Amino acid sequence: MLIRKPSDFRSSEITPRDEYMNRRRFLRGAASGALALGAAALGAGSLAEVISPSARVLAATKLQTVHSPLTTTGEELTPYKDITTYNNYYEFGVEKDQPSQNAGVLPTRPWAIEVEGEVKKRRTFDIDDLLKLRPLEDRVYRHRCVEAWSMVVPWVGYSLSEFIKECEPLSSAKYVQFISYYDKHVEKWARDVVGIYWPYSEGLRMDEAMNPLTLFTFGLYGEVLPNQNGAPVRVVVPWKYGYKSAKSIVKVRFVKSQPPTTWNDQAPQAYGFYSNINPDVDTVPWSQKTERRIGLPFYAQRRTTLLFNGYGEQVAYLYKGMNLRKYY
Amino acid sequence: MNRTVLIALKTLTWVACLVPLTWLIWSAAFNHLGPDPTATITFATGRTTLRLLTIMLAITPLRRLIPRLGWLIKFRRLLGLFAFFYASLHLFTWIALYAGFDLNAMAEDVLKRRYITAGMAAWLALLPLAATSTNWAIRKLGGKRWNRLHRLVYVAAVFGVIHYWWQVKTGVLTPLTITIVIAILLLARPVLAWTKRRRLRTVTA
Repeated sequence: MLIRKPSDFRSSEITPRDEYMNRRRFLRGAASGALALGAAALGAGSLAEVISPSARVLAATKLQTVHSPLTTTGEELTPYKDITTYNNYYEFGVEKDQPSQNAGVLPTRPWAIEVEGEVKKRRTFDIDDLLKLRPLEDRVYRHRCVEAWSMVVPWVGYSLSEFIKECEPLSSAKYVQFISYYDKHVEKWARDVVGIYWPYSEGLRMDEAMNPLTLFTFGLYGEVLPNQNGAPVRVVVPWKYGYKSAKSIVKVRFVKSQPPTTWNDQAPQAYGFYSNINPDVDTVPWSQKTERRIGLPFYAQRRTTLLFNGYGEQVAYLYKGMNLRKYY
Repeated sequence: MNRTVLIALKTLTWVACLVPLTWLIWSAAFNHLGPDPTATITFATGRTTLRLLTIMLAITPLRRLIPRLGWLIKFRRLLGLFAFFYASLHLFTWIALYAGFDLNAMAEDVLKRRYITAGMAAWLALLPLAATSTNWAIRKLGGKRWNRLHRLVYVAAVFGVIHYWWQVKTGVLTPLTITIVIAILLLARPVLAWTKRRRLRTVTA
């Protein structure tokens, strides 16, 4: 007897409606870009430089992906449009809609990650090699911001532990620090943010970084990350508040002691180093007991926040015996 | 002022004051409130309250500076009541969409979160003003006492601005404009009173 498996769609095979609609806009953008190229003198540069940044952002590239057993099931995905227009990326402006308007200027190629600190040997990884290092997996995760809103995002990437293995850290490496891209001439909006020192820095304890849930992320919805979501490579730590998931990483540093992290530096009482999602520990000025799910009508947004964002089964062991109120 | 013109201007004021509410209802019905509708509703009602308070606070200094604009006083009650109306909508948004009608959650918010404490104080300062806005109440209280009571509007404006600053994220300076405008309007009062006293003195001297 022939038993046929149910068809298993990968998210990369589904074209989200918004993306389908965007195709027209992209084609229009490309057409006007071509016109501009024609009008400009020869040697004006590549087509990509001539077409507007927004058109470039929309020119998303599909990624080859495989299914992951670590994907979160039973959640309705937040629409692509909301994930890509409701962003906290202060280097491109503090308002939610600013990064999607401004991040087009982020130069995502050429791109490399420098690895330094407690490693066998300093190394530089090119982004295109990193994309091929391991099979890219579709992983749906809940994403919870400290501002008490949340999303469900179908990320694309592989476990950060796979990358860390390639870095060959020494046993003296107890923490790993991520440094984000920063160029004050490119990210001119960052200069208007009071009280934050750039570049953005985040960090994890080594065992947190090695947990298979911690995702080295290159895409979402089966496509290359839009710039405002942290292109070309970021980390996603689904059981911690969003700011722990550093975007647009240019440097990974293995260190012996807890590294300085941007929000912790800015307001240590409000943002701890651990920043594990915890409904019982309030973060000034918001309560963390509940959250608003993005992309739903106002009467359906509110929901209860879960300890470790519901990933306790996979990560609670990391904090066994730790006072989560003290180490918030 | 001509009665027809006054009625026309009052109608216009009503329409203008109802625009933010109409926009909210329209947007909610057609799903145009953006990715985070709860936040959009909260921000829109809060911002409208502060703007109406600002316009209201501008009336007295304008009348002092330009005596011909004396008729503006006829619009102050309407604007004030609309400010209270939007403040109440803002409060209800918090009760319904944030606290989910949970009294414990509300009490905790008011006691523990200073931006909610300040917002609550601002609304409580507006409440007696709305309650004593009728001609009957003015007569009953007497002009002098009524005026003194209605100085609470300054308290409401100050707490409103503090509430705004305390809930925005670090690094966000959006409340700056309205803070400066309200500060100027509040400072204009003692300054104008002082210049008036000086003028009177030079006249009598």
